[in-house]
Amino acid sequence: MAEEEKKEYWRWLESRWTSPDIDWKKGKVISAGVDVGSVSTQAVIMVDGQLYAFANMRTGSDSPNSAQNAFNRALEDTNGLTEKDVHYCVGTGYGRVNVPMAQKAITEIACHARGANFMYGPTVRTVLDMGGQDCKAIRIDEKGKVESFLMNDKCAAGTGRGMEVFSDLLTISINDVGQMSMEVEEEPEPVSSTCVIFAKTEATGLLRAGWPKNKVLAAYCRAMAGRVNELLQRVGVVKDFAITGGIAKNIGVVSRVEKLLDMKALPPKYDTQLAGAVGAALFAKGLYEKIKK
Amino acid sequence: MLANYGYKDGSGDYFITIDTDKCNGCEKCVEACPQTVYEMGEDDSDPLREDPVARVTGEQRKKLKYTCAPCKPYLNSLSGEKTEETMKEIEKLPCVSACELKAITHSW
Ligand code: SF4
Ligand code: SF4
Repeated sequence: MAEEEKKEYWRWLESRWTSPDIDWKKGKVISAGVDVGSVSTQAVIMVDGQLYAFANMRTGSDSPNSAQNAFNRALEDTNGLTEKDVHYCVGTGYGRVNVPMAQKAITEIACHARGANFMYGPTVRTVLDMGGQDCKAIRIDEKGKVESFLMNDKCAAGTGRGMEVFSDLLTISINDVGQMSMEVEEEPEPVSSTCVIFAKTEATGLLRAGWPKNKVLAAYCRAMAGRVNELLQRVGVVKDFAITGGIAKNIGVVSRVEKLLDMKALPPKYDTQLAGAVGAALFAKGLYEKIKK
Repeated sequence: MLANYGYKDGSGDYFITIDTDKCNGCEKCVEACPQTVYEMGEDDSDPLREDPVARVTGEQRKKLKYTCAPCKPYLNSLSGEKTEETMKEIEKLPCVSACELKAITHSW
């Protein structure tokens, strides 16, 4: 990575991947899902319901371009697969109505549920999605159908955006904040504010008062965990439990949520940010099969 | 599916829950609510369902405590706890009583 001019601590890593085991030319249904979130955009290509390729990118200034960029990136390195070969594409997420290659838009709650069912298996009953600017607690059945959900978009606390603000404030890379927050001898009191703007002021105060950065981070991660725990309690937590979204990669928050719940989250097999796009691609497959009949 | 809308703050829980399996889209809640808390929209749990269901508007989700306050004078005398008395008052709310299928519940 040659990107070192101006330090951007909040920058998380973009990624892309192609399955080495699948030959798309042998597939019957090639479906795609594009999840345009406020912070990140994912595109997933599936061959007969198996994950074939994906790209995970930062969302740009407008939804259509962000969707197209992620989609093109997912198609790179796929042995000649092009947009024309994709039978059906579903858009989801915050920018779902602005996905140019999608035939249909589906709400992110349903896509996340379906995606989590695929990514973590049919035993998952409770999904906590910690995304860029909102946070959802979803209860699902063994088929990935939603039974109960609650979305918090009241403020940025508990979201990726909130974490980005913090990593910038403390000048620590977003990829390290979780680990760093674990390096405290004793767990501090959570920051009291749930609103990220106040939490920022509070953190600045704590730093001035001489708190080391890791302790401030611990207090913030703990506050975030407490906040999402409230959402989870409202829908009711049933085993197995899984966390999706960008914050699922943050051990500082994940381990504190696990502690509050007294329950371990299932270990992720895929990039945790993919759930929405995977669900969208699965719906796309179903919709294509329906029109083909 | 139970769609929960609302939030919790330092003073309590403020959630409206709509059971979309019960909701038949009759729109009576939309008409009954003086504060336009409800709207009709797609069912978040079942994207392939054609008929719209009731939901709480995006704007109102963030301020239910205040929006619903005029409908809930009982909060002055009863605590927000879900006692039998509170439950009775909740049943009399314009939105809750308008819904014949009992698809709407309030947490406070
Ligand atoms: S009154 Fe009840 S059944 Fe009718 S739209 Fe509202 S929630 Fe649905
Ligand atoms: S309690 Fe009153 S204001 Fe609140 S949703 Fe029901 S009818 Fe509307």
